[in-house]
Amino acid sequence: MRESTLAQRVVSLGFPFLRKADAHPVLPAAQRDSAASDVFDADLSEGFLETLRAHKVSRRRFLGYCATLTAVLALPPALAPAVAEALAATSRPRVVWLEFQDCTGCTESFLRSSDPDIGQLILDLISLDYQETLMAAAGTQAEAAKAAAMAEPGYLLVVEGSIPGDVGACTIGGRSATDILTAAASGAAAILAVGTCATFGGIPKARPNPTSAISVSDVVAGKPLVNISGCPPVPDNITATIVHFLSFGSLPAADELGRPLFAYGNRIHDACERRAHYDAGEFALAFGDEGHANGWCLYKLGCKGPDTFNSCPTTRWNSGTSWPVQAGHGCIGCSEPDFWDTMTPFYATLPDVHDFGVEATANDIGLAVVAGTAALFAAHGVGKAVQQHAADRAARKRPADRGEGPPGSGDTPADGSGDQTDGEAAQ
Amino acid sequence: MSQRIVVDPVTRIEGHLRVEAQVEGGQVTDAWSSGTMWRGIENVILGRDPREAWLFAQRICGVCTTVHAQASVRAVEDALDIKPPLAASLIRDLIALSQIIHDHTIHFYQMQAFDWVDVLAALRADPVKTAAIQASLSDYPVSGASYFQDVQGKLQSFVNGGNLGPFANGYWGHPAYKLPPEVDLLAVSHYLDALQFQRNFIRVQAYLGGKNPHPQTYLVGGIARPIDLNSDDALNDEGLAQLEDLFTSALNFVTQALLPDLVAISSYYPDWAKIGAGTGNYLDFGDFSSTGVPPRGGTLNNASLFFPAGIIRDRDLTRLEPLDPMRLTEEVARSWYTYSGGDDEAVQPYQGETHPNYTGPTPPYDHLDVGSRYSWLKSPRYGGAVMETGPLARMLISYAAGRPQVKNLINSTLGQLRLGTDALFSTLGRQLARGVETVVVAQQALVVLAQLRERIAAGDTQTFDDSKWDPGTWPSSARGFGLHAGPRGALSHWVEITDGKVSNYQVISPTTWNAGPRDASGQRGPYEAALVGTPVHDPTQPVEILRTLHSFDPCMACAAHILDAEGTELLRIKVQ
Repeated sequence: MRESTLAQRVVSLGFPFLRKADAHPVLPAAQRDSAASDVFDADLSEGFLETLRAHKVSRRRFLGYCATLTAVLALPPALAPAVAEALAATSRPRVVWLEFQDCTGCTESFLRSSDPDIGQLILDLISLDYQETLMAAAGTQAEAAKAAAMAEPGYLLVVEGSIPGDVGACTIGGRSATDILTAAASGAAAILAVGTCATFGGIPKARPNPTSAISVSDVVAGKPLVNISGCPPVPDNITATIVHFLSFGSLPAADELGRPLFAYGNRIHDACERRAHYDAGEFALAFGDEGHANGWCLYKLGCKGPDTFNSCPTTRWNSGTSWPVQAGHGCIGCSEPDFWDTMTPFYATLPDVHDFGVEATANDIGLAVVAGTAALFAAHGVGKAVQQHAADRAARKRPADRGEGPPGSGDTPADGSGDQTDGEAAQ
Repeated sequence: MSQRIVVDPVTRIEGHLRVEAQVEGGQVTDAWSSGTMWRGIENVILGRDPREAWLFAQRICGVCTTVHAQASVRAVEDALDIKPPLAASLIRDLIALSQIIHDHTIHFYQMQAFDWVDVLAALRADPVKTAAIQASLSDYPVSGASYFQDVQGKLQSFVNGGNLGPFANGYWGHPAYKLPPEVDLLAVSHYLDALQFQRNFIRVQAYLGGKNPHPQTYLVGGIARPIDLNSDDALNDEGLAQLEDLFTSALNFVTQALLPDLVAISSYYPDWAKIGAGTGNYLDFGDFSSTGVPPRGGTLNNASLFFPAGIIRDRDLTRLEPLDPMRLTEEVARSWYTYSGGDDEAVQPYQGETHPNYTGPTPPYDHLDVGSRYSWLKSPRYGGAVMETGPLARMLISYAAGRPQVKNLINSTLGQLRLGTDALFSTLGRQLARGVETVVVAQQALVVLAQLRERIAAGDTQTFDDSKWDPGTWPSSARGFGLHAGPRGALSHWVEITDGKVSNYQVISPTTWNAGPRDASGQRGPYEAALVGTPVHDPTQPVEILRTLHSFDPCMACAAHILDAEGTELLRIKVQ
């Protein structure tokens, strides 16, 4: 039995949030300096504490997790108790997860969400009513499960994979991808397009786009939709977006490409642990050379970090273990639209690296976001230099649409090595 | 009364698979397997730099997320005569072995378990008895009655919540389920443990390749992960120690949980050792050479391969036939493609071509025209013969080759179940072979890691050979192929390079071998053949069909061929 529609649940989620805001009249919230002291004020029901105990998760650990999530979401720390209380009060909203022209890599990424115990809890916080890779039912019974989940509007719709214009290129249960998506979108409270295929068309859309593949946003309109890009996305980008929706009943603030700013508001290059080497003019010039073995900048081996927005350097992959640049291979720009065509050849140096300052999209985030991000950097042990980079950049808030900034200006180092690089890149 | 049943979507697999089956007298009398999605990735690779083909090919599949990258770099290295350093080959093998362990574990617990395990019945279990069963099976460390009671309580509260989520509409209570509730509870507990295990264990690929899914470390000529014991930014002693911990945890999990669970569950389903045999012909390319030399078919380098290559026909384990990659062909008579030389041709992949020709019904539709063309998969054949590939094929070939590690574990596993080797040719045998393979692969991973450490200690730390990185060093035209033993079986990539660009690219995936449709002479593909004779108690609840299909571990995104751009030179490319 379903206790309430999602809309009703959203209202119920709103109340603890408002009560908490009354109890903590701290605005602007970004001025609060400690997430931890706030979050431990959260008022959790005995029933939820029982659930936590059943999962062998301590109250302290859960609240600490909520504090981290709040930072990941680039929200003011004062909202951490609201996040905790909203998660504790959730009534497992229905989630329908559709797969079309996909490789299941996004589903697999979702399964690697960073904290195993808590990740499990997140799985329990939603009711994953249709997910072909995981669900027990098949065929007629699977279709019936989907119909039941969609019987009332208000579910969360997750879409993985692109949608072919050639209808014969993807049918499920004898129906076309377009037909299935359109039907599912109509009753959805919100839509998460997950992965670069669903968000931007991805590899099926890459030249020559053999099946006339398009993105979710090309098919559906008039619904709250967020694009969680990446090939696949960082799992925490998916779960944090879901948590945001559970906590506030809305999708997180997004850039002009529809990507959540908390995850895609920062350029890979700006948060990269190898950035200091770029600034010092220290580049790996060949795979396996001394610079490569010593963690120097991979820009000249084709790294696309300067043109890519994602959370990889801060969140990292697989429980914070590593990310591609850390492991020695350049970024391929997989969270950007049409990267299979615009970022290739992958091993060629970016032909024209513009001003490394903040782009318009990032400027929109504002100081509060940077504060949250800086806290996250600290949590991940990223050096003070990087924090300073982020803070300086936000403080300047230069109006820099991509390409408008003069080459070599802004963040390029005073010693001229950055100018030199830009010059080489332009050749 | 004969009736046609349709299972679409087949769930708990990768991708989009549809099966239509004719059922009469409580049995499947005929079956048709259809891949219903394709993207055209091989076509997308055309005209690109062959050094980055692996990144495109990798996106064929995000489940077996390493295998196409591995086969792709091998194919390009073969074409350009590049030999990656031994340390790089060993690290690639470690990634590949971790992939097999990871895939097989998820397949066992998350994909196929619910065909045999009744989740709701676990609520009726006595946790004390489950603990006793666990103690009799293995020394898996988390095994007390209170642990199983906790899991049962969690399951109960989940069910009491009224919303079964991914467990909704399962076939619970179906008479085909035979386990005592205590074993159901054991399996449900380990379903949850396996979710945690896989998340932690896959960090192997993050250490070595930056991330998973889609690790990003392959290079034509080696890998991008440097080795330097004096650098924090390279694979060093600390990283090697982490790898050893993770691989040790994997060996513990698969020997203490996965294989004992598989044996325990199988002991209640002896009938399934007589169901689902299928073609009886088996093929694998072999892999994992101690010398870093990739598999090439034949038997010449079998001695250096951990898994030998070969062909077994008609279930005859006394004869292992050498494998010749040039005898691989693909047919399209019943697929949504045409061949310029005629649709009844059997084409070797170097000469392969893919002209899409969707003649299926316009959706929405109720049935495919199974009398004509009905799948986006082609029909791979070996010298005209239907072949099954996968862990069963690999274990049978190792068994026939007399490999003691495999032979002993198969014999002891069958012995526990009081079954003979004939039982391997079945749905149950496919599952048992996968479990055995998981254990021997987990053992071998630690051997490869030790070998890597020896090489590093000897100063052999080079992971990339840049002598032919520059396209100026390449011939104006070249072609090559790469073979690989992936979790689901024999994978081959075939590449042609002209003037520095990919001019032809073809993939034959394991699931194409297994899930492909009939060929020009009407021979059923392995799925179709295996389904014939499968019992169906209730045609509206075809859990038995899922059992046999899942025993193959379908991976449909890998299997579906790509589409070519019309009217271009590139039409020769075929896609998988």
